[in-house]
Amino acid sequence: MSVSMNKLPVRTTINGEPRIFLAAPGQVLADALRDELQLTGTKIGCNTGDCGACSILLNERLVCSCLVLAVEAEGQSLQTVEGIAEDGVLHPIQQKLLEHGGLQCGVCTPGVVVAAKALLDANPDPTEEEARYWLAGNLCRCTGYDKIIRAVLDAAATMREGDTP
Amino acid sequence: MTVQQEFRVVGSRPVRPDGVDKVTGRALYGADFNMQDQIYGHILRSPHAHARIKNIDCSRARAMEGVLAVMTGEDLQEPGSRVLGSGEGAIALRDLTPMVMAQGKVLFHSQPVAAVAATSPELAALAAEAIEVTFDVLPVVTELHAALAEGAPILHEDRFPDGQPKEPTNLATHISAQVGEPDAAFAEADVIVERTYSVPMCHQGYIEPHACVARVDGTGQVDLWCSTQGHFTVRGYTAALTGLDEGNIRVTPSEIGGGFGGKTTVYLEPIAVILAGKSGRPVKMVMDRGDVFRATGPAPGAETRVKLGATRDGRLVAADVECLMDSGAYNGNPAGFPAFLATACYKLSHARSVGRSVYTNKPKIHAYRAPSMPQVTLAFELVVNELAAELNMDPIDFRLLNAVEEGDSNMLAARYKRIGLRECLEAARTHAHYRSPVAENGGRGVAMGYWINAGLQSSATLNVSADGHVAVLTGSPDIGGSRASMALMAAEVLGIPLDHIHPQVVATDAIGHCDVTGGSRTTLATGQAVIQAAEQLVAEMCRRAAGEWDVGVEAVTWSEGAAHSDQGCLTFEALAARAGSMGGPLTVSSSLTASSAAPAFAVHICDATVDKETGRTTITRYTAIQDAGKAIHPDYVEGQMQGGVVQGIGWALNEEYLYDDQGALQNPGFLDYRIPVASDLPLIDTVIIEVPNPLHPFGVRGVGEVPIVPPMPAVAEAVFHSAGVRVARLPLNPPRMVAALTGDDDLV
Repeated sequence: MSVSMNKLPVRTTINGEPRIFLAAPGQVLADALRDELQLTGTKIGCNTGDCGACSILLNERLVCSCLVLAVEAEGQSLQTVEGIAEDGVLHPIQQKLLEHGGLQCGVCTPGVVVAAKALLDANPDPTEEEARYWLAGNLCRCTGYDKIIRAVLDAAATMREGDTP
Repeated sequence: MTVQQEFRVVGSRPVRPDGVDKVTGRALYGADFNMQDQIYGHILRSPHAHARIKNIDCSRARAMEGVLAVMTGEDLQEPGSRVLGSGEGAIALRDLTPMVMAQGKVLFHSQPVAAVAATSPELAALAAEAIEVTFDVLPVVTELHAALAEGAPILHEDRFPDGQPKEPTNLATHISAQVGEPDAAFAEADVIVERTYSVPMCHQGYIEPHACVARVDGTGQVDLWCSTQGHFTVRGYTAALTGLDEGNIRVTPSEIGGGFGGKTTVYLEPIAVILAGKSGRPVKMVMDRGDVFRATGPAPGAETRVKLGATRDGRLVAADVECLMDSGAYNGNPAGFPAFLATACYKLSHARSVGRSVYTNKPKIHAYRAPSMPQVTLAFELVVNELAAELNMDPIDFRLLNAVEEGDSNMLAARYKRIGLRECLEAARTHAHYRSPVAENGGRGVAMGYWINAGLQSSATLNVSADGHVAVLTGSPDIGGSRASMALMAAEVLGIPLDHIHPQVVATDAIGHCDVTGGSRTTLATGQAVIQAAEQLVAEMCRRAAGEWDVGVEAVTWSEGAAHSDQGCLTFEALAARAGSMGGPLTVSSSLTASSAAPAFAVHICDATVDKETGRTTITRYTAIQDAGKAIHPDYVEGQMQGGVVQGIGWALNEEYLYDDQGALQNPGFLDYRIPVASDLPLIDTVIIEVPNPLHPFGVRGVGEVPIVPPMPAVAEAVFHSAGVRVARLPLNPPRMVAALTGDDDLV
């Protein structure tokens, strides 16, 4: 291994804005988001795809950004936790996590928010079991998941009510 | 002390003040902060679990372009015999310093040996690899009994049990306690049960790895940003290890991504400070997840033998407890609490308890939520359940007959004031869960637990702005919602709207000393400092109003956020607005050593089903009942209970450190060290019992720790009733359960 100073330009759309950044060929996307773009809402708990704290949406698909090379984001559209609230209005999953006390230390929360949003986009009416399996890739050591699951199901109910004309 | 019973806002469930930052990603944790012109530190770690360091040659690393500082263990202060006071007890430097960097000998795999700082993380890693270390490799011992066996490799040739210089052994500590005459009392017993259970070493498993940034400025002032449960402890430890004056070090705590006891010490911080001093540049360090598992302090594995005797009418008459605990490479003193507190839930006039800890080639153990209590409680509660079964008694009825209450003592000779154990047991007995039928093929387990809880030192400052808002400053890192409880307590006393209160956790130079966020002490002790400061602020407001009205201060009362007398009413906002002309800025501080710590008790009910073919255990229902004294913010009390339960379930069913014969950890990642995930679990039902702590103005007890104490025995008892076999070694993972069910004793 040698330290390459040759960085490549990567053109992306992040949270709806065009962003260009430089990435080393071996740099993972989680590091690029945090170090090149100062989007530190994406957390790194393991760097091996086991904890889910770095969850982002890559072309609306839920991924661990520690398992994606930064250069793979070329031409792609990304959504990070910083882009989940719109115009300062919290997404229902964010609001319900707050109302249910669905976070303690909060370091897994960005990943949970992104993953739960992806769940609710894909399945507006998940069962408790579906929510638990969808979020099984997001480790939380503080809450025992109880209040997270309640928040996700409540957010789903709220969003379904909002959709009813 | 008069304990307040009626509350205006305490006991409500507002959104926490730091919540929006944490759901939007704005909150800054240890690795989220950078300093101007920073460089990056990297640690070279030992590839051996036991070896003498013959030589360290840093010349190649030093010569690399972009490498700005290199250090070894010699750059830390000589530990000598110095002992540091800390939040939850004292620690000798000889046990602390080598966990940061080896002092001539490595005693566990991945122990730090040297470190470099360079202009990029990649370069720093390459430079660390370029350091050449010559080791004299020694035999390794990782198992408790092997470490005590004759001829075992000796980790510390200069340490002797009980301080008596004889032949060195790996026995780290040996303590015992006794009340009454247990041997004679056992003769009175109609039924005696004796069992031995063992629990593996496990890790706290906080999701955020350790991280820090350090800067040393031109005048020698150190600025240190880090993720910690106690930045005053970090300051003291860092000063001791680097030789710098404590007063020259300012530590600013980041948001903290979990700790559970594991972040009440230093690992990276003294290294970053030394590298920053040598290089003249800020140094950032972030620990790799594998190194978190391999080289920070896990919870000790333990083997506990419990012998209990009872009379036919269900009275416990004697207890004999012997606990052998893994200390890891240095003295983490894990055996003290179990020896003294094993019997703490029960009226027992005759009991003996022995605790021993053993050095092994593993990282020194460290605090994990009610340190050492779950390991010993596993054996104790399972034996209680067996006794109750032998006596044909319901396990809760049996416990009610023997449970401690006000006036009873534990083996630390601490006499309980008003406690809520009986209330917890009564609530368990009448709970819908306990009254429901057990599922076919399933089993149900009950267990209870105790934790001592800590008081210790805390400080709070309240600063009032001209618009009547109040900044509530403390030095207690908010690990699970304590800003919310501080705001609620301040609002309760002041009588002003909750959203006018702004709780902050501030740096070591901005607040009086605060001990660690740990020991279930933050809402209890720091909260008490907040309450006292708020009461001082109310008193000052009343004094100013009395002056304004030209009446005696005794003629002024405070209610609804305003001073009242027969002259009229002056609101908090009005007094704040006119502070400049009424005596100057409004700021009050309170510091205390809390003596209000109160014992916490919990009773848990677990339903589980074991798949007899695969050996997999499913937790189907779980209820945790706990005396919180007073729940300031019930969401976060429930959250502590649920989180502790699930950590205990993980320890019971899956979590385990696995070492190879050379002392290398085989599962240093979340894939192979599997903590519970959402799909493993049911909802965790909670019942908060509120028997006010008579020593606290609001009746608060600590809540964070006791929830991890009952789960292992509750789960193991449920597993026994479902599977029909008792397994003496945890975790009760599928291979072990299959082996138990098929009679393969080698694996059990």
